Amino acid sequence: MRFGIVTFPGSNCDYDTYRAVADVLGEEAVYLWHKDHDLQGSDVVILPGGFSYGDYLRAGAIARFSPIMREVVAHADRGAPLLAICNGFQIACEAGLLPGALLRNDSLKFVCEPVRLRVENAETLFSSQYDVGQLLTIPIAHGDGRYTADEDTLSRIEGEGRVVFRYVGGPGDADAWWSPNGSMHAIAGIVSGAGNVLGMMPHPERAVDELLGSADGVGIFESILARVAA
Amino acid sequence: MSRFRVAVHIVPRRGLLDPQGKAVTDALRTLGFGGVQDVHVGRHVVVEMDASDRSVAERTTRDMCERLLANPVIEDYEIASVSAL
Repeated sequence: MRFGIVTFPGSNCDYDTYRAVADVLGEEAVYLWHKDHDLQGSDVVILPGGFSYGDYLRAGAIARFSPIMREVVAHADRGAPLLAICNGFQIACEAGLLPGALLRNDSLKFVCEPVRLRVENAETLFSSQYDVGQLLTIPIAHGDGRYTADEDTLSRIEGEGRVVFRYVGGPGDADAWWSPNGSMHAIAGIVSGAGNVLGMMPHPERAVDELLGSADGVGIFESILARVAA
Repeated sequence: MSRFRVAVHIVPRRGLLDPQGKAVTDALRTLGFGGVQDVHVGRHVVVEMDASDRSVAERTTRDMCERLLANPVIEDYEIASVSAL
């Protein structure tokens, strides 16, 4: 299976993501240049983390108009898998592929640390290798990760089971919602209505080997593989 | 065609948590500005453009706001001024 990883000017997790796919998953990975109009036959597209266009205007606001986004949106509209990590999540929201927006962390600080996530839905294309309630340790590294949406949107995505990962484990209560960035409902990752687009702020590509402190992120890549290869 | 300068104010939507505005509010109070009730920090964008008249310049800038300059999910905008150059 071929994973296409989009490189925008300012992307900085494209190489890590490439390594996660090629070395850990053992699948083919290709870089997709943002100025091209060619997904190179990718079965799965990944929008990686970074600071595309220097986060000018708003994080992801300019990248969504990059030439390749036309093909990326068409790929998502066809129902093909799109994994949007960190800055990719911001781009996907700006592009209207996912509801809501990511705002400045409530602490006003850039937060770079491993966090605990709880798997809230293990039936999505991206989470089938996990169990509901399973706790994962995956790092975050962002300044604009506060998931925000209006009440109607929140109740809709909650009602439809589209919250896939939630931050938990604040001081004193390991199971309670706890958000390192002020996200509404402690939301760390959501899927689109059709279920084929996952946006998440934590970096699964940075948690693919015990040497990195955690291999809990591998399940996301394996879940995609299991579903798409089937 | 004439040239216009259009200024736009973009601020976080009312009711959304605005930590930056709150931090500035607290700092102002610390400085002794006790009357400060609320502060919102946003962006001020100035667009210089050619358009057939003032209303076209304003309408075009609104379109820019809807499509790029502001994110309607989280921000409100207002045209602050339109001046002929």
